[in-house]
Amino acid sequence: MAGGIKKFVVGSFDDEAVLFPAVKNVRKAGYKIHDVYTPFPIHGLDHAMGLRETSLHTAGFIYAITGTTTALSFMSWVFTKDWPLNVGGKPHFALPAWIPITFELTVLFSAVGMVLTFCYLCQLSPFVKKHHFHARATDDLFVMAIECTDKTNDAEVQNFLQKAGAKEINIQVAETGWWIGRYDREQKLYREEKGY
Amino acid sequence: MSLLKYESQLREPLVDGDKNYHQVTEDIISPIEMKPSKLWYIGFFISVGLLLFGAYSVYREVTYGIGQWNLNKTIGWGWDITNFVWWVGIGHAGTLISAILLLFRQGWRTGVNRAAEAMTIFAVMCAGQFPIWHMGRVWMAFFVLPYPNSRGPLWVNFNSPLLWDVFAISTYFTVSLLFWYSGLLPDLATVRDRAKTKLRKLLYGVASFGWTGSTKHWQRHESLSLVLAGLSTPLVLSVHTIVSFDFATSIVPGWHTTIFPPYFVAGAIFSGFAMVQTLLIVVRKVMGLQDYITLGHIEAMNKVIVLTGSIVGCAYLTELFIAWYGQNPYEWYAFSQNRANLFSPYGWSYWLMMFCNVVSPQLFWSRKLRRNITVTFFMSIVVNIGMWYERFVIIVTSIYRDFLPSSWSTYYSPSIWEIGFYLGTFGLFFTCFFLFAKYFPVIAVAEIKSILKTTGENYKAKMTDIEKADSDKFYIEEVEHAH
Repeated sequence: MAGGIKKFVVGSFDDEAVLFPAVKNVRKAGYKIHDVYTPFPIHGLDHAMGLRETSLHTAGFIYAITGTTTALSFMSWVFTKDWPLNVGGKPHFALPAWIPITFELTVLFSAVGMVLTFCYLCQLSPFVKKHHFHARATDDLFVMAIECTDKTNDAEVQNFLQKAGAKEINIQVAETGWWIGRYDREQKLYREEKGY
Repeated sequence: MSLLKYESQLREPLVDGDKNYHQVTEDIISPIEMKPSKLWYIGFFISVGLLLFGAYSVYREVTYGIGQWNLNKTIGWGWDITNFVWWVGIGHAGTLISAILLLFRQGWRTGVNRAAEAMTIFAVMCAGQFPIWHMGRVWMAFFVLPYPNSRGPLWVNFNSPLLWDVFAISTYFTVSLLFWYSGLLPDLATVRDRAKTKLRKLLYGVASFGWTGSTKHWQRHESLSLVLAGLSTPLVLSVHTIVSFDFATSIVPGWHTTIFPPYFVAGAIFSGFAMVQTLLIVVRKVMGLQDYITLGHIEAMNKVIVLTGSIVGCAYLTELFIAWYGQNPYEWYAFSQNRANLFSPYGWSYWLMMFCNVVSPQLFWSRKLRRNITVTFFMSIVVNIGMWYERFVIIVTSIYRDFLPSSWSTYYSPSIWEIGFYLGTFGLFFTCFFLFAKYFPVIAVAEIKSILKTTGENYKAKMTDIEKADSDKFYIEEVEHAH
């Protein structure tokens, strides 16, 4: 498991228009952005931060075809092999009549699977303990957490954030070890930096 | 540097007033942090009372059997299935708003989607009651599930529309619930982070699943919402299609028609929007959310009502025409005598339906009436009555005179326990809705914030200035260039 106790310089912005150039500059200066916490989804911020595209929808597709095959194979097995019923001489393999249930199971598997995967990837569940860098990150502030390494000069980072337009700046120590595995390119960059 | 995105000035703002992000949070969340008003308690206890009456009606039905209802030899489906179809239909508006309008990138959905989705879930819960208790021996209800059993195993009939319904309704409920709750997570986190008391912090902390607002999470959340919307769109169409198959695949005159799926879906959306109007007109007033659920929102929904109402009207006329054109004597009898003949036992219900669903929504061609709250509220009730009668007409007028005239039934009117059951589902619906309005953000806070800078009134005003400055500059440059 990656993570452990880490130190962060946390800067809070009150305007996404200031945040965007700040993200760019912080990355250019070579600091490692741990994450940016925002009250609503900001389009393009993931790209600005260098996060890769999510492949959650691919998972959704895989769940969907699992649902399709489950429904079709189960109904075929029941009506052609396990308990064939003669309904007025109609064919046992009644594909058109199975379309509705096949469709419903496709949707059901995909939706349930995707939501569970989403919760797993984001480590969301009741009673999970997480570090919240700023209580107003779910209200009106855009909170950028920059990870400090042994070589980082905290004061320099704070100054940098100040210049970039952050309204509130502080230093926090937090546990980040709740991830199961590596999840994005950022994590990898960090490891490379540390020379693992 | 400005990040303002341009939206045409011709479009009216979706958020009124001088708002910033914090103000949005404040406006939507503070009502649920206060003690509920007297009005809330009165409404809540009336709903619980109705729910208890419904529970007692169901208790009688389970104890003494289906005979507690006034169903008879030919009318085997009466109020129960009428109510089932009516409630399922109402649910459809929520999914339409949250899924289809998301795919169509309709900004106005953000003001109403949360409450409409909640309505969907509660309406489907109410709908589900009817087929379940209608089974009579409700303790055998699990027989509808295809599980390995000791009776063979004898499987359910996958070729039956009634079984398709089991799958459709349960999938619909599950997917709507997931869609709704995944959208709620960020907003519940907002409530959690504002909480003053320990208990609130704990409860909303548990409910928000530890949401932080991380960019990566938002990215996945967006992807999840989009795919769930993509799945829900065909799902919602399939659900009422399958409900209509319950009728259309039979050979009962008046039911055996291929027009049913689109006709049912349009009717469902029609009645659902009417219910959304009924609820939101009250909610916006009581909770002071007029800035977020504006006249523009109400007008947009009224446009959907006039469209779907007209589709429904077109379907009524089409089936009437085809019944005549098809020259099947039974089909034509069902339409000309059982329904359209005002002096037949149920003729009045047919014409009431025609009036409520086809004639009255035409008022909404007038912009003035579309933007009139009193008219809208009144119309939303009329439409819901009309859509209830549509299902009543379809069910009862088709089966009260079957192929054997000797068994033509006498006039069917529901028993008090049948009515009680219906009222009970109202109790269930409004109890859930009152609790929802008290404990959950009724408007999607995060989504409003994401459209605030493009469609907020104050930001649009700012945009006008920028636009004007730009066009002036352009004009000056053009003039200089010309010289």
